[in-house]
Amino acid sequence: MERVPILKIGDVLLVSIQIDLQDQSVLALQEDLAEKISSTGAHGVVIDISAVEIVDSFIGRMFATIASISRLFDADTVVVGMRPAVAITLVELGLTLDGVRTALDLERGMKILGQLTARRGRDA
Amino acid sequence: MTADVEHGQALTELLRANADTVVEKWVAEVAAVLRGRATRQELARDFRELYDVVLPLVGTDGRDLAGADFAEIRALLEEYSRARVRAGFTPSETASSVFSLKRTVFDLAENDEDPQLFRQLMTFSGLLDALGLWTFESYARAREEIIREQAEQLLELTTPVVKLWEGVLAVPLVGTLDSERTQIVMEKLLEALVETGSEHAIIDITGVLAVDTQVAQHLLKTVVAARLMGAECIVSGIRPQIAQTIVALGIEFGDIVTKASLADALRHALRREGVHVVRRPAGEDV
Repeated sequence: MERVPILKIGDVLLVSIQIDLQDQSVLALQEDLAEKISSTGAHGVVIDISAVEIVDSFIGRMFATIASISRLFDADTVVVGMRPAVAITLVELGLTLDGVRTALDLERGMKILGQLTARRGRDA
Repeated sequence: MTADVEHGQALTELLRANADTVVEKWVAEVAAVLRGRATRQELARDFRELYDVVLPLVGTDGRDLAGADFAEIRALLEEYSRARVRAGFTPSETASSVFSLKRTVFDLAENDEDPQLFRQLMTFSGLLDALGLWTFESYARAREEIIREQAEQLLELTTPVVKLWEGVLAVPLVGTLDSERTQIVMEKLLEALVETGSEHAIIDITGVLAVDTQVAQHLLKTVVAARLMGAECIVSGIRPQIAQTIVALGIEFGDIVTKASLADALRHALRREGVHVVRRPAGEDV
């Protein structure tokens, strides 16, 4: 089974999905990510899906699940680079990904996390 | 010589001998109906050609119009009808061009009391009826073709995605929205968002005449899909009647931003983009 690598950049974990996701690898990714957030104390997670062309409801739910997991560790999740076809499919499946932030590309996603972290700093 | 040819021989002779007079009269009659929309030279050329093709067919009654013998006349009439459709003639005007020949020929044989010739004339009349109907059918076919072409063109033409500002796209929707068109709009818009890296899109429905639940559903789907990709959509230009319909139908736009006009929507998008537009103080140069 292929595993999705999780990279750490400063305060942010970057998950770039470059493979065709199997249900098994999705479950593994969720486990790995939970562990990684807890061990690094990251404040943000970016999931780059610009290479993903096909999604099903299981993968669709993965985003929401990851966002919920991250929230438990007080980290924000941003999904970036979703393709039009994928977006249309998710809408048709009735998955609106409430509570998940989205951005057009990685750069904008990082910017959003930066703003959130800054706000967090102010609040603290 | 076969009986078939012999049958129409007297008439064929008569038509061949008087070809110039018949065509001339025929042209004159049709030209009067068309009232100058086709020149006599054009008509004369077209009719001469038709006449020459019809002559060998005299003696048949046109019942087997689909046969190989009629291929040439069929093609000719089809071309003629097609040209008439493009030039904006009515179906009756087009078909009557063929029927006019009947009267001209009848006039020619008026003083002849040969019963043989009379029977041949009747057959000839049948042939012209069949040809006239064929002309009419070709006309309808050509027109349907045009309608189909235009429908396709309309689908492509009326869904432009335009860039209003750095990071702000707009789709001005015009006309009636159906599922097929909304689907195309949706795909085009989402593609454009990725291509241009725009975070704001304005869907302007000023030109949309009616909104029903299905259309609203499609609009909402587009907005949600754009949101999934990380872009925000603003719906602008909802007409008063459409606003009433939307409320009456109980359609919820939720937290989707709606603005009265495209200008308001653009202002909103610019503010979200962090762009300030200020008016220059009077008298100050650029």
